[in-house]
Amino acid sequence: MPTEQESPAATTEPTVRLAVRKTYKLFIGGAFPRSESGRSYPVHTATGDFMANAALASRKDARDAVRAARAAFGTWSAATAYNRGQILYRVAEMLEGRHAQFTAEVAAATGDRDAAAAEVDAAIDRWVWYAGWADKIAQVHGAANPVAGPYFNLSTPEPTGVVAVVAPPESPLLGLVSVVAPAIVSGNTAVVVASEDRPLPAVTLAEVLATSDLPDGVVNVLTGRVAEIAPWLASHMDVDAIDLTGVTDAGLAVDLETAAAENLKRVLRPAPASSDWAADPDVQRMLALIETKTVWHPKGI
Amino acid sequence: MVFEYAPAPESRSVVEIKPSYGLFIDGEFVDAAGRFKTANPATEEVLADVGEADASDVDRAVAAARRAYERVWGPMPGRERAKYLYRIARIVQERARELAVLETLDNGKPIRESRDVDLPLVAAHFFYYAGWADKLAYAGFGPDPKPLGVAGQVIPWNFPLLMLAWKIAPALACGNTVVLKPAETTPLTALAFAEICQQADLPPGVVNIVTGAGDTGRALVEHPGVDKVAFTGSTEVGKQIARSVAGSRKRVTLELGGKAANIVFDDAPIDQAVEGIVNGIFFNQGHVCCAGSRLLVQESIADDLLESLKRRMALLRVGDPLDKNTDVGAINSRAQLDRIRALSEVGDAEGAQRWSAPCPLPDRGFWFAPTIFTGVSQAHRIAREEIFGPVLSVLTFRTPAEAVEKANNTPYGLSAGIWSDKGSRILAIADRLRAGVVWANTFNKFDPTSPFGGYKESGYGREGGRHGLEAYLAH
Repeated sequence: MPTEQESPAATTEPTVRLAVRKTYKLFIGGAFPRSESGRSYPVHTATGDFMANAALASRKDARDAVRAARAAFGTWSAATAYNRGQILYRVAEMLEGRHAQFTAEVAAATGDRDAAAAEVDAAIDRWVWYAGWADKIAQVHGAANPVAGPYFNLSTPEPTGVVAVVAPPESPLLGLVSVVAPAIVSGNTAVVVASEDRPLPAVTLAEVLATSDLPDGVVNVLTGRVAEIAPWLASHMDVDAIDLTGVTDAGLAVDLETAAAENLKRVLRPAPASSDWAADPDVQRMLALIETKTVWHPKGI
Repeated sequence: MVFEYAPAPESRSVVEIKPSYGLFIDGEFVDAAGRFKTANPATEEVLADVGEADASDVDRAVAAARRAYERVWGPMPGRERAKYLYRIARIVQERARELAVLETLDNGKPIRESRDVDLPLVAAHFFYYAGWADKLAYAGFGPDPKPLGVAGQVIPWNFPLLMLAWKIAPALACGNTVVLKPAETTPLTALAFAEICQQADLPPGVVNIVTGAGDTGRALVEHPGVDKVAFTGSTEVGKQIARSVAGSRKRVTLELGGKAANIVFDDAPIDQAVEGIVNGIFFNQGHVCCAGSRLLVQESIADDLLESLKRRMALLRVGDPLDKNTDVGAINSRAQLDRIRALSEVGDAEGAQRWSAPCPLPDRGFWFAPTIFTGVSQAHRIAREEIFGPVLSVLTFRTPAEAVEKANNTPYGLSAGIWSDKGSRILAIADRLRAGVVWANTFNKFDPTSPFGGYKESGYGREGGRHGLEAYLAH
């Protein structure tokens, strides 16, 4: 054995450990594939430094994601509200465990570390808020209707199906959580297009979702160009609703809404540019993505 | 060839019972004025020595709850309260097996029920109300509903930890603080819950547990520092409480006795109905306020149904509550066993015919074989009074109108059951029943989202669901 003095390392510069970087990929059907197109695009910090190459999702990736979301819809929508609530709360627990990682990613994207920590706090609490709605939305927005006749008449909310979501570009975690959680809490499944310039927290959120007992395919995350992917989702006949919140190009938004009319997708129009994602949400996003089913049954001896 | 069950006892080793417990006041265990013992009703073995709170102990607990309400819990944002309640729900889930065994030891109920019914419902109840803490504006009680203050809560021995959950979860979600008194025969899971509050870092004084008997409960209910009284127990004590708060500003909810009719029509699926009847009256040894203790069976099928029922009852396994095969456990106390025996003897004396399942009973502990009385009339005491034990009174009817008439012929109105294959009949009969919960082709179903509570002398107020918030909000 060489002695300490004889070691070659002792005579050279002390080595700094090199970090192992993460490959940021898509999240489809519970797996993390690269784009089938083989493409990627560079993601930069707020100050212009290179952070990572994100996958540049294609039409085929979008269609794969819709297929995964449709496949997951049966199980997820049939799960009890209690079970969905438990799983979504588990997501919040996992988010909390990655607080530091999210803070670093959000800070790199936005350039403000203090604001980033507050955004992560708010995102976790927002997720908890929505988790609690799983077994309450029917109690607040269902009804026993006193029809004028001998009938039992009950209205209950049900999920609308597969929802395509364009996440807000400026708020890479809080904005993302604020559009994804209300879509899936009622039993919908989602295909989410992440913030185009700040997609990394969305991929990390996907890693959280993948380890929270959320069934594969309930949430699918695409990174890439909104203008390229969203039209395929808007015109896809197996998508039931599209949330255009994160679409900033007014002309594109009109085109997407027009395409969505082909199978009468439910459409959430783009958010105003001044949207304050830190403000307390209301129930409108959940209500926009549910159907009301009314059951009649006669009463009589 | 007959297959016999091998004993499958659940291990006691998951539970560590301390030799003695104090009261839980202001976040810590403190000595009480007196002491009493709690025993395992299946063996009569003493489990622990427990503090008996007197008026001054209750006073300390109420003062601690008031401080916590004014300084910490009342002003705290709902989303922060929610996170405490979620923590509690999670710790209950994590310690579920331990708590189930402890409940079975102290109460006598079968481990199969404490493990598969009580504990999952306890966790679910905290989970459900945790989610309301930050959504109260959506509950339908005004845009900014406020808590009441300090709640004094007194709970019974039949579902000790579950009744604690029904009381504490909505109270805390709405921003109230609580002083809770568990029943004197079943204090141990409430004291374990106090440890859970510590593990969750719940601020001191938000939950206070004072153990003791009737005098402790009275001191709590009548304490001037209590803004809200919540009681589950006998109708007799419920009436005393209603009198004692008369003229005060205290809000009250009462969940009291019952004498539920379980109505079986001639088109009912008989095998399912028999299972439902058995579940309705023998679940938890019949120590259930909403038990289906009056079977109303349509005359044309009565003989067949009773034959099936007796055959099924003969298969019930009565005995060691910790055995996972056990269907019916121990009667909770000697006093309750005496009451069940006394009322059953009244049934004999009044001319009803008694039949008991031919099951061997253990030598030690408190036991009563599953029993039915046939030939019962509406005038019999066993048809009118709550026995709160594994005793079913069987009456017959000919028409739906007669079934409704008999079902409603009681001062109680907590629950009812209907067995029929015809949906329209079920809904029409349900409309006519004066009862707070009606089960159709099922019985004894509970869920945190579903309101529970009675009409008439079964009490007032509802627990569970969105409606359960109302009792703990000022409006």
